[in-house]
Amino acid sequence: MAEPMLKIDNIDVYYGAIHALKGISLEVNQGEIVTLIGANGAGKSTTLRTISGLLKPKNGSIAFMGKNIAGVPAHQIVREGISQVPEGRRVFAEMTVMENLDLGAFVRKDKDGIQKDLKKVFELFPRLEERKNQSAGTLSGGEQQMLAMGRALMSRPKLLLLDEPSMGLAPLLIKEIFHIIEDINKSGTTVLLVEQNANMALSIANRAYVLETGRITLSGPAGELAASEDVRKAYLGG
Amino acid sequence: MEVLHQVLQQLINGISLGSIYALIALGYTMIYGIIKLINFAHGDIYMVGAYIGFFAITQVHLPIVPSLLISLVVTGALGMLVERLAYKPLRHAPRISVLITAIGVSFFLEYTTMYFVSPTPRTFPAMFGDVAVTIDSLGGIVINGQQMLILGITAVLMVILTYIVQRTKTGKAMRAASFDTETAELMGINSDRIISITFGIGSALAAVAGVLVGIYYNSIDPLMGIMPGLKAFVAAVLGGIGILPGAVVGGLILGVVEAFVSGFISSTFRDAAAFAILILVLLVRPTGIFGKNTKEKV
Repeated sequence: MAEPMLKIDNIDVYYGAIHALKGISLEVNQGEIVTLIGANGAGKSTTLRTISGLLKPKNGSIAFMGKNIAGVPAHQIVREGISQVPEGRRVFAEMTVMENLDLGAFVRKDKDGIQKDLKKVFELFPRLEERKNQSAGTLSGGEQQMLAMGRALMSRPKLLLLDEPSMGLAPLLIKEIFHIIEDINKSGTTVLLVEQNANMALSIANRAYVLETGRITLSGPAGELAASEDVRKAYLGG
Repeated sequence: MEVLHQVLQQLINGISLGSIYALIALGYTMIYGIIKLINFAHGDIYMVGAYIGFFAITQVHLPIVPSLLISLVVTGALGMLVERLAYKPLRHAPRISVLITAIGVSFFLEYTTMYFVSPTPRTFPAMFGDVAVTIDSLGGIVINGQQMLILGITAVLMVILTYIVQRTKTGKAMRAASFDTETAELMGINSDRIISITFGIGSALAAVAGVLVGIYYNSIDPLMGIMPGLKAFVAAVLGGIGILPGAVVGGLILGVVEAFVSGFISSTFRDAAAFAILILVLLVRPTGIFGKNTKEKV
């Protein structure tokens, strides 16, 4: 089997004195959707933030496409081909939709390629095109989520990190967003998805990891985990 | 008619003075916007800018525009150096540590300058003294050459700054980093670099203000930055700190108020008026004219 696209080996991450991730290892293969599920404060976001370079692991290694990226600053990680949709969307509210998308392509210089990807983003999210000159702060929660995702896609990532895309959205909208995540994956982008909505996440993922207080307690094919008694009790509401 | 003439004349004087405040306030507000630091050394950067311009004009005998450019470039670089040496190591320190450091930098610049150029005020050569335009249709108000220079150069700089901030990639990166540094990093924006550029641009604007004030008031000294520094801070708060158009509007209002107070009451009270404005803003509308109520991010 080929080397995994992303291979995290035994990382420890601290917030000051708090030991947030305790020896986490996980792998993401090219073309997969992998999901990290777990309760609030289990360390899901911390894991994503460590991959994207916002946090530095104290020990352990993170290899992306065979290159060690642990401790590389966030603004360099994007250039390696990893893009993150942060928790709470974090769109640049005072800037227009178009400016947000431009910023997503900040690291790129290929004007034609950027135009192509902009077209693709507007195909995925037609509503963004309708509102491209509107300031991002005036969008609804769902539209802001779409913008955050479109913005991340504008760097043409090989690996897309999604942090709680369902947060605060109505059920119908959550379905739509997850459908789009599947579309993004089908068009060739590998996805690592962090979710509290375990049901939805397991329904689209190939494999899953369960995080509990900074440790991975379970892992396996998403279907198996969805069927497992322990997971059902803890995360799927019985 | 006499009163109207007075009002218009003070308005011209006020706008000239206000332009200077605006140039300094822009640096304050840009730096605050991006690292949430009230850079109390900013007034001293303006003073250094005035001295560099002074030496370029009197020692190197350069004309005004090249002197301004030299002062702009050297002082801009000084601002970046200060940021690199004094503030960058404190990027993750509590805000109060950085604030105290800024006060330290302020004293350092004041007294180092004093050591090299002596505390004696220097006389700026008279410039544009014989140029003046009288507008008869407005009751004969006079705009003198220095005021025209101040208004012209300020206008040009505002246009350039607006272009940089609104249209260029660096400007977009500055706005993004100023709104949310962490997410800007996720876009591939090197926030350290953007912070450095912001200090460079802010300091360059202050330098131009310094040279213009030297020409306007004919005199510069190593402590000349303290008062305008504080006034520009008031201007930035009045307009809404962190907001660029706010700094300009705040500066202009402050300048006009000071001119009216000096013209119609007594120039003794002009500083009092400026600080009364600060107190009023903080009491009535702490976010300033253009400020929005934002929740502290956690």
